[in-house]
Amino acid sequence: MFRGFIARAGIIGILVVSVAVLSVLSPHFLTVNNLTNILLQVAITTIIGVGMTFVILTGGIDLSVGAIVALAIVVMAVVHKALAPMEFGVFQWPIVIGLPMLLALLTGTLTGLVNGVMVARARVPAFIMTLGMMSMARGGAYIVSDNQTISVFPDGLTFLGDGRVGGIPMLIIASLVIVAFAAWVLGRTIFGRYVYALGGNRVALRLSGVNAARVEMSVYAISGLACGIASIALLGRLNVAQPVAGFGYELDAIAAVIIGGTSIFGGEGKVANTLLGALLVGIIRNGLNLLNVSPNVQLLAIGSIIVAAVFLDKLRDSARA
Amino acid sequence: MLEKATPLVELQHIKLAFGGIHAVDDVSIDLYPGEVVGIVGHNGAGKSCLIKVLSGAYQRDEGKILIEGKEATINNPRDAKAYGIETIYQTLAVADNVDAAANLFLGRELKTGWGTLDDVAMEAETRKIMGRLNPNFERFKTPVVALSGGQRQSVAIARAIYFNARILIMDEPTAALGPQETQQVGELIRQLKADGIGIFLISHDIHDVFDLSDRVAVMKNGRMVGTARTEDVTKDEVLGMIILGKCPPAAVPGPGAIVDA
Repeated sequence: MFRGFIARAGIIGILVVSVAVLSVLSPHFLTVNNLTNILLQVAITTIIGVGMTFVILTGGIDLSVGAIVALAIVVMAVVHKALAPMEFGVFQWPIVIGLPMLLALLTGTLTGLVNGVMVARARVPAFIMTLGMMSMARGGAYIVSDNQTISVFPDGLTFLGDGRVGGIPMLIIASLVIVAFAAWVLGRTIFGRYVYALGGNRVALRLSGVNAARVEMSVYAISGLACGIASIALLGRLNVAQPVAGFGYELDAIAAVIIGGTSIFGGEGKVANTLLGALLVGIIRNGLNLLNVSPNVQLLAIGSIIVAAVFLDKLRDSARA
Repeated sequence: MLEKATPLVELQHIKLAFGGIHAVDDVSIDLYPGEVVGIVGHNGAGKSCLIKVLSGAYQRDEGKILIEGKEATINNPRDAKAYGIETIYQTLAVADNVDAAANLFLGRELKTGWGTLDDVAMEAETRKIMGRLNPNFERFKTPVVALSGGQRQSVAIARAIYFNARILIMDEPTAALGPQETQQVGELIRQLKADGIGIFLISHDIHDVFDLSDRVAVMKNGRMVGTARTEDVTKDEVLGMIILGKCPPAAVPGPGAIVDA
């Protein structure tokens, strides 16, 4: 808990400094438009990062999140486009809008569950399983979409991504609700307790009579579900679904979790700090854009930040031991 | 007196193999209420494997387990707990990153009316039981990684007895402890014994075993050399059983005994 406090104080400090520096360096940074834009991008990273937090808390990793977003988004778009010309009477809305969204969530959850079953039951290392799934889901996305970009969707389908409630973007509200709900699950429920215990001592959890494999499977399914939600948000935000969607999202999500102070070795961390981590990654990316830093250098920067964050985590661990 | 009662536990002809290695080979042993049976032997003699069969951590290949005379089905740790069998492991099987209460109730959490974790009630119960076991224990809110070996062990023991264990398995309970803490655990074992709990005590330390056990069972190379009442044998005789597999006259020989060596 002390560690969580330091992590939070640390990130908030870095956030304040980043905002101050960027405000001085770029006149476009502190504008309502730009800040809203950052928050919308951060919201998607946050949603995926919440799922990733569950996985990393158990000591696992999910590299397939970006590809799962792509698979879910094209499944949703293709099904929607197939159904849209048809007439369903009073069921028009549930079938044409509701069903594709539900399928996006299902695609994400089931793909995540496949990861989970292979990791928890077949004991394939999480790194390898989700690396393989990264390729499989991306391949699936190309196949389902037939390499096509699908665009222009009705308001119902894009509401999560570009709708507003009382002037506040729906996506920002949704991501905050998801963070709050996840914090409740991790902090107050028995399942949440098992997620932490699994990351702390898998054998102790199993010897306590808990079905540790089921807990482990669930966290990957949760990560997949988060990707499904993120895919709906992304479709709304861009009004486009394409098989290259979500490329590299795993990097930002993992960065958000690690920068948020969750231990890559499992067992310690807070989902609320993932939100702060995502905010920092978003601000850095945005700042680099505004300062005309090339995307190639941005990749370099984000990669270095992840490695540095894990290195600090490792130092903290050995300092304590 | 012991002869009259039904044994609390009977393990009959237990076999357990890993690949071609017989970790436990045709071992039988029993335990009565309020009795401490010490299981001794070298490293790799099969003590821990035998006991993991009873605690459900390993599944036996052959043999029967009887609890109070009735055949029991024990395929995993949950089954064992349902029979009132609790285990305190050598490796201190606690989740290091959560606090004492979370460990005490791990797998059997107390819930509020909403089905959520009732941390207040769990902490209160933990304070109650720790007050009995280890009155000096005060760090209720710290992850157990920050506790001393003895404190962690008392958390593990508290967990076992809180849930009304009738059969307690202690696998090298003092291996990670200092002398004073070892003495505390000894006191605790006498207290539990007085409550009618049957205890299997697995140990390297023959002095501990002689201090605490009513009977001693010796294993060698996965087989039972023999069992004896502690008062009927000397430490040297037991050492002879451990090292040579030689059974003294006062002991009941098992299948692993060397006859007339």
